Amino acid sequence: MIELEAQILAKNDALAAKNRGWFLGREILALNLVSSPGAGKTTLLERTIRDLKNKIPISVIEGDQATSRDGERIRAAGAAAVQINTGAGCHLEADMVEKGLAELKPPFGSMVMIENVGNLVCPALFDLGESAKVVILSVTEGDDKPLKYPHMFKAAEIMIVNKVDLLPHVDFDVGAAIGNAMKVNPAILALRVSARTGEGMDDWYDWLDHRMLQSRL
Amino acid sequence: MHELGITRNIVSIVEEAAKGRRVTRVTLDVGRLSGVTPEAILFCFDIVARGTLLDGAKLDINSIEGRGRCRSCGEAFETRTLFEACGCGSRSIERLAGEELKIRNMEIEEAA
Repeated sequence: MIELEAQILAKNDALAAKNRGWFLGREILALNLVSSPGAGKTTLLERTIRDLKNKIPISVIEGDQATSRDGERIRAAGAAAVQINTGAGCHLEADMVEKGLAELKPPFGSMVMIENVGNLVCPALFDLGESAKVVILSVTEGDDKPLKYPHMFKAAEIMIVNKVDLLPHVDFDVGAAIGNAMKVNPAILALRVSARTGEGMDDWYDWLDHRMLQSRL
Repeated sequence: MHELGITRNIVSIVEEAAKGRRVTRVTLDVGRLSGVTPEAILFCFDIVARGTLLDGAKLDINSIEGRGRCRSCGEAFETRTLFEACGCGSRSIERLAGEELKIRNMEIEEAA
């Protein structure tokens, strides 16, 4: 019998640590955006890019199982984007991000948004080297989702409740959703926004500002 | 189905450590709160191991119970979920066990 005591995700974790150092040295804020499919990650990014692109350069790594549609939307909004198709893969891994960065070459002091594959399970386990995970939950989903997918809400620094313009038409209880997220992660920050109408987006930009300052050496 | 990728990692780590010798058994520690389903790893393992040094090897998975300690009152207890509160009402729980995702050991074929 040979003792191994090896961490199964060691390879990914080591590459993620390398990415993290790469970001730190360049004073780049890197965010890993995660959600179910259809929660509005791309729409949130499009609006963020349109509103902030004159203040700060934003580059985007787009993960999707197939198609380059999201990458095209992001470029149309005015940011540099590289699309990574994961094929059968249900999440991005650190080596894919490393390759994406080599292609994107984000400038010093900029922001890198990594749009993960729409999936609340697998991306929680794979560190990409990001500064923070941002989880997006839309009001057309269930407000109990943080309890159903606790790993993701535990790993995230901030939760964005998106599509709040639809609240009059759905049974979603924002207070309950935030309460459920805080059961899993008492430190999680929650924002209410509508990426479509722009409601609440200023709070998101304030948070980005604050995190950008923290990434300065 | 991140278990497929995880199983590929397992096979590649063990193959590297085996240095050309055939592997007959692999033992993992998988925490119940790790987010990984042992059944799914078992399902993937035979397929991923095919044609490698682990072909035909037996896979044992130790399922590790979740345990936590309350940061407020110091009580240690079993945790079945990631969001269990302590009896004292605190939700600030330090994880002691249950998130393991580790290859513990392997057995290799003895030279005849």
